[in-house]
Amino acid sequence: MLLLAGLVIYFSLAAPGFANPRSAVFVLQSVAITGILALGVTTTLVVGGFDLSIGAVATTSLMLAAYVMVVLEQSAVVAVALCLLMGALVGLINGLLIVKCRIPDLLATLGMMFLLIGLQRIPTQGNSIATGMTLTDGSTAQGIFSEAFLWLGRHRFDLVIERLIPVPVVVFLLIALAVWLFLGFTRHGRLMYAIGSNERATALVGAPVERYKIAAYMISGVTAAIGGVLLAARLGRGDIASGNNLLLDSVAAALIGFAVLGAARPNAFGTAMGALFVGILLQGMTMMNAPYYTQDFVKGAVLVLALMFTFYLASRRGAVSRH
Amino acid sequence: MPTVLDLEGIHKSFGSNEVLRGVDLCLEAGEVTVLMGANGAGKSTLVKVISGYHAAGTGQMTLAGDDYRPLSARAAIHRGVVTVHQSIDDGVIPDLSVADNLMLDRLAAREYGLWVGRRTLNAQAEEIARTMGLTFDLNARVADLTVADRQMIGIARAMAHTPKVLILDEPTSSLSAGEAERLFQVLERLRDQGVAILYISHRMSDIKRLADRIICLRDGQVSGVFEQAPLDVSGAVHAMLGQTMAAAAITPVTAGAPVLSLSGVRLAPEAAPVDVEACDGEVVAFTGLLGSGMEALAETLFGQRPLHSGQMRLDGRAYRPASVREALAAGVFMSVKDRASNAVVKDFSITDNLTLPFLKAFSHGPFLSAARQTRATARMVDTLGIKCQSLDEPITTLSGGNQQKVMIGRWLQTRCRVLLLDEPFQGVDIGARRDIGRHIRESAPGRATLVFVSDIDEAIEIADRIIVLHEGAIAGEQLNQNLDLDTLVAQAAGNG
Repeated sequence: MLLLAGLVIYFSLAAPGFANPRSAVFVLQSVAITGILALGVTTTLVVGGFDLSIGAVATTSLMLAAYVMVVLEQSAVVAVALCLLMGALVGLINGLLIVKCRIPDLLATLGMMFLLIGLQRIPTQGNSIATGMTLTDGSTAQGIFSEAFLWLGRHRFDLVIERLIPVPVVVFLLIALAVWLFLGFTRHGRLMYAIGSNERATALVGAPVERYKIAAYMISGVTAAIGGVLLAARLGRGDIASGNNLLLDSVAAALIGFAVLGAARPNAFGTAMGALFVGILLQGMTMMNAPYYTQDFVKGAVLVLALMFTFYLASRRGAVSRH
Repeated sequence: MPTVLDLEGIHKSFGSNEVLRGVDLCLEAGEVTVLMGANGAGKSTLVKVISGYHAAGTGQMTLAGDDYRPLSARAAIHRGVVTVHQSIDDGVIPDLSVADNLMLDRLAAREYGLWVGRRTLNAQAEEIARTMGLTFDLNARVADLTVADRQMIGIARAMAHTPKVLILDEPTSSLSAGEAERLFQVLERLRDQGVAILYISHRMSDIKRLADRIICLRDGQVSGVFEQAPLDVSGAVHAMLGQTMAAAAITPVTAGAPVLSLSGVRLAPEAAPVDVEACDGEVVAFTGLLGSGMEALAETLFGQRPLHSGQMRLDGRAYRPASVREALAAGVFMSVKDRASNAVVKDFSITDNLTLPFLKAFSHGPFLSAARQTRATARMVDTLGIKCQSLDEPITTLSGGNQQKVMIGRWLQTRCRVLLLDEPFQGVDIGARRDIGRHIRESAPGRATLVFVSDIDEAIEIADRIIVLHEGAIAGEQLNQNLDLDTLVAQAAGNG
C-alpha cells in the first residue's frame, strides 16, 4: 500500500501529466480486463487450486462473441449470454476434472487451456473475425458488432469530467467489490478459505467441499468470459492474436495480491491492488519513455519480489509462533 | 554406567520468549530416560537443540566427553545422535518405496556416490528391516501403509545408524498397543546394546513400561529427577504439573433414556455382530487395539463408512447416514482424531476455527457476523479454559492441548444428540486433558457421549461405562466403579 502511494507520488513528480484524472482512468482501463481475470484466479487460489485456462477462456469468449454476431448475425444479448454460459461450462468441466477425476488442478486447467486455444480457431480456420471477411463457402460475413455490444467496451460514463469512466472499469470495480464481499464476509467465502487450508478438516465439519471447489472454477470461468466480452467490445473484432498476455498478467496480479497488507493468502482486495500496481508502474514507465519491451521484465521482477516478501515473511512468522 | 551425553545450563530463547532456562541433563549408556513435561514446558525445544535444529543459546553440551555443538541435523546424526520426531510425515516420504525410505539418509550422505543401485539398496534396506523385525514388502509405496507402519519405518531408519543417543519424541502417539509393544522390544534390545535413549511421552503406560529414569521439565527448567526403582510416577507427574494427580474418581451417572442403539452391526466381515446402547447423559468409552473395530465403529456412526449389516437407531428412528453431512444433520457430531491433518485449519484464527461447523448460526443471511463469532468464541474459551493471548491469533500459536480444546469446543456450541470423540487426548498434556474431561462430563446431560480411546487410563478418566473391543466384537464391558483393570487389559489383548 505504501509502495503504491509512493509509486503514484514518484511518477506524479517525475512524469508531467501523470497526475490527472484522465491518466488515472487510463491506468484503470488498462488493468480492468486483467483485473477481472485475476479476481477469478483468486477464487481458485482460495480453495487451494489454480486455473491456467482463464486466458484461453477469455480469448475463446472473444472469438465466440465475434462469431455469434458477425457470422451468425445474432444480437449482442445472445452473444454475451452465450459467452457467459461458455465460461460457466468450462469452469464446470474444469471443476469436475479436478474433483471427480482427481486430476491435479494445474494439469487439468493446462489441458483445458490447450483445448480452448485450439477450439477457438477451428470455426474460422485460424483467421480473425471481422465484418466483411470471406467465409468458408465463399460468401461474405454480413453481421456486425452491434452498437449495444461496442457500448460495453467503449462507452464512458460522466463523472465530474465528461465521458470519464469507461464501462470495463465499472465492471471491474463491481466484480472486485462482489468477490471481495463474497470471499471475505460470507460464510461461503470462509468455507472456501477453510478448504484451501485443510480440505479434509472442512469436509469433516460437514461442508460440501466438492461443490465449493467446482463453484470456484465456475466463478473463474465466468469472470474470464466477462473479460473476453469486454475485450471484444473494445477491439470491435474477433482478433485471434489478442489476449496473449492475459493469463500471465492476471496470475501475476493475483500473486502480487498475496503481499498486500501482509495477508500472505489470496484475497480480492490484494488482487485488485496488485493489478493496479502493475498498471501504474507500466503507465508511469511509459510516460517516462521506457521502451515497451522492458515491460514484461518489470512485471516479472515485481512478481518475484512480491512472492519473496510474502513467503519469507510467512515462514519467519511461522517459525516464531511455533513456540 | 558411562555418561554419553551431558548438558549443562542450556538456555534458549526465541526473541523475548525464554523457552529453556538452564537445563541440566545427562544421558547414560544403556538407560532409558523419560522426559516428561506439560505442553509448552520446553521439551520439543530441548530435543531440537540436542538434535541440531536449533543452536543452543548458552550452556555446555558434551558427547562422550567431547564438546558437542551440532550446527545442523546432519551434523548431529553424524556424531551418533539420532532423533525420531513426533510428526510422522516429517520422517517419511510417501511417494517412495519402503526400501528408499529406509535408505533415505544414506542417499543424502555425500559418501554414497552418484548412482543408486537397486540391488545394493534393496539388500541394505532388507538388512535394516530384518534387524527391526519389519515384515512388510520393501517395494510397497509408503503412502499405502498405515500410520503405525510409517512410524516404524522412521524409527527403523534411525536405528540403522547404530546411534549412541536415540531420541524419540512421542513415538507411540499414533501406535496401537500391539505396535507399541513391538517398538518397546526394539528399544529394550538397543538399551541392552548400550544406547542411551531419551524418550518423550505423555502416556503413563509407556513410562511405566520403559523408564529407568524420569526427568521432569517445567517452565524450561528441570523440576524433578527420579531414578530410584520403583519409579515414583505420581511424584513425577507432581513435579511436572506442580499438582498431584488425584485419581479422577468418577461416580457413574444413572443413565437416562436410550439415545443411540446398535443391533447386529458387523464391524468386520468375519466379526461377531455388535449390540450397543448409549443413553442420555452417559459417557461410554470404547477401547481396544488397532484393528479392534473402534475406527470402523466411529466411521460408521459418522457416516464415513457404509453400514453393511445390522441396524442403528437414533431416538428410536432408523439412523443410516450416507455422509458426514447426513450424520451432522441428524445431530451426531464427531471430534475426529489426528487433529493436525483432520481438524485444524492452520491458516485460520482461533475464532474461525472454533466457529467453522456452525457458520450459519453466526451469519445474517449469507454475511458473517464477526461480533457473534467473537462472542461465541469468548464463551467457549472461558468454559474450556483455553489459554490464548487473543481470539484472533492464529490457531498454530496455541499449544497442542489448547488446540485440541478448540477442536472439541467446536462441537459443544450447539446441542447434539450424540457426541463422538475419537482420541480426544491425542498429544494433549495432562492439564488440558483434565479440563477437557471435566467439561465433557459436565455437559453430558442431554446427549449420549461416545469416546474412542486406545489408552485404558484415558477411558477410566472420562467414562461411566467402558466397552472393550477386540477384532470387531465386544470383548468386555464394565461400569467405571471398582474396575477390574486386569480383566479389561486381558480382554483388549484377546485373552478375556
